[in-house]
Amino acid sequence: MTLPKKYEVTANVVQQQKLIETVYFLMVYAPAIAQAAEPGQFVQLRILRGAFTLRRPLGVAAIDRENGNIAFIYRVVGEGTRALAALQKDDSVNVLGPLGNGFSHDFVHPLVVGGGIGLSPLLYYAASLKGRADVLMGGRTEDELFWNTLFHGFVRNIFITTDDGSLGVRGFATDLLPTLLARYDYDGIVVCGPEVMMRGVAKLAQEHGTPCEVSLEARMACGLGACLSCSVDTRGGRRKVCKDGPVFSAAEVFS
Amino acid sequence: MSDERLRTELLGIEMETPVLTASGTFGFGEEFADFVDLARLGGVMVKGTTLAPRRGNEGVRVTETPMGMLNCIGLENPGVEVFLKEILPRIEPYGMHVIVNISGSSAEAYGTLAKMLDVPGVAAIELNVSCPNVKDGGILFGTDPEAASSVVRAAKANTKKPVILKLSPNVTDIVQMAKAVEAAGADAVSLINTLLGMEIDIHRWRPVLGNVTGGLSGACVKPVAVRMVWQVAQAVRVPIIGMGGITSAKDAVEFFLAGASAVAVGTANFTDPTVTMRICDGLNDYLEQRGLSNIRELVGKANPDFLGENT
Repeated sequence: MTLPKKYEVTANVVQQQKLIETVYFLMVYAPAIAQAAEPGQFVQLRILRGAFTLRRPLGVAAIDRENGNIAFIYRVVGEGTRALAALQKDDSVNVLGPLGNGFSHDFVHPLVVGGGIGLSPLLYYAASLKGRADVLMGGRTEDELFWNTLFHGFVRNIFITTDDGSLGVRGFATDLLPTLLARYDYDGIVVCGPEVMMRGVAKLAQEHGTPCEVSLEARMACGLGACLSCSVDTRGGRRKVCKDGPVFSAAEVFS
Repeated sequence: MSDERLRTELLGIEMETPVLTASGTFGFGEEFADFVDLARLGGVMVKGTTLAPRRGNEGVRVTETPMGMLNCIGLENPGVEVFLKEILPRIEPYGMHVIVNISGSSAEAYGTLAKMLDVPGVAAIELNVSCPNVKDGGILFGTDPEAASSVVRAAKANTKKPVILKLSPNVTDIVQMAKAVEAAGADAVSLINTLLGMEIDIHRWRPVLGNVTGGLSGACVKPVAVRMVWQVAQAVRVPIIGMGGITSAKDAVEFFLAGASAVAVGTANFTDPTVTMRICDGLNDYLEQRGLSNIRELVGKANPDFLGENT
């Protein structure tokens, strides 16, 4: 009963922009949620056109509190996200949120590590730190690393790896991470991306003795902690990604 | 808006509205407190509870289907002791009617659960004999009239609370099941539970759900549910709580007309967490437009052979 309030609002689309093939930037006007949403929290979007039974969970990528806007970056992976991508300015979408628990406020100079669409909630987190964070982003080829432009100006350093070496260092983010941990004095690591990346980063962080937070992704229905679709094992027993997460301490979920 | 037209009484419970929430879709009610006036609901059928804690099924537990969804949660729950010690006291201040949905792997387990839950704060017990997602017995009780009756008798012998039996649609003859559990002493029946279904990932050539099969729910099952409520209403006198694919007041009206004395909303809570309040408002409007003074006047009205006690 003491949990922060969640809202369910029908919001107007302010901006819809294709960033690269299959990846979109969506901004909607939802002042109450924009005011309340913390970095790492997410919303459940209900696509009103069509007959979708389930909402689609999307991490918050940016907030413009002054104008009451909230933005998401998402990949079109199925019918729901395809319908979402078809929305145009002034169309409406229903937003439920803010949901879950965000990243810790404890880190002063963290390294944020992300891959793919996992970089989306990290963008809001990094921006909230006003240049105090570094970012390490891993992608397959340079095409995926439009994120570089998005993070520019919000972080101190941007480090990039690509599988094919087309941009930054060739290899995985986890290949470059030990060098960065040795060179810089990060007081925390925050990671969101494919599970294999998160596990790899968590392991290196633990070896280095740096606190690490991970943001998990799971299929979910309610987003409110009621349906138990997204249960995961943690050191403290069963937890729900939607309500107890999506951000967990790495030690709690990857042991 | 006054809910005078919606006020009803079921199983000795004074309900503000005849709109309940279905087990497994609404947690313990508290999760929806930002969106729903929980005391306005006729009751909250809380997450299925078992004697021992259960971790549920591994792998993917939920997938969207045309006009619905499949789930195979597998009765994950903290166990009855945690429910009684931690959850029940925590949700008590909301003032909702708490109906506890219970599952067991033997008639004795249902009896033990019913006895443990015969405490203040619990309004009624709903016997889940038809969870399609657990292997240890549930489905047997739900498909065999004698087994279901034995569960009802075990529960009734151990509690003074009203006992509702939740009927499975995954049977050849739901009427036979309903008659059997009525004869065994069930105070009411609720129907329908989910329909057993499956989806296959054509890229991976594997079932989508971790448990291979799951329970189908949502708007797509509504015609099946209405048909079953209609059939059962012609065969039993105990009240019926109708559920299955209700997403609007119009849907709810169909269930009342088919013979349900109350309805429960399930999957639609995922689409719209405020849906139960919209349904209450819509039912009020419908009754007003029809010049009816109470929801009871609708019950069974589509059915000349309706037997129920509310006529």
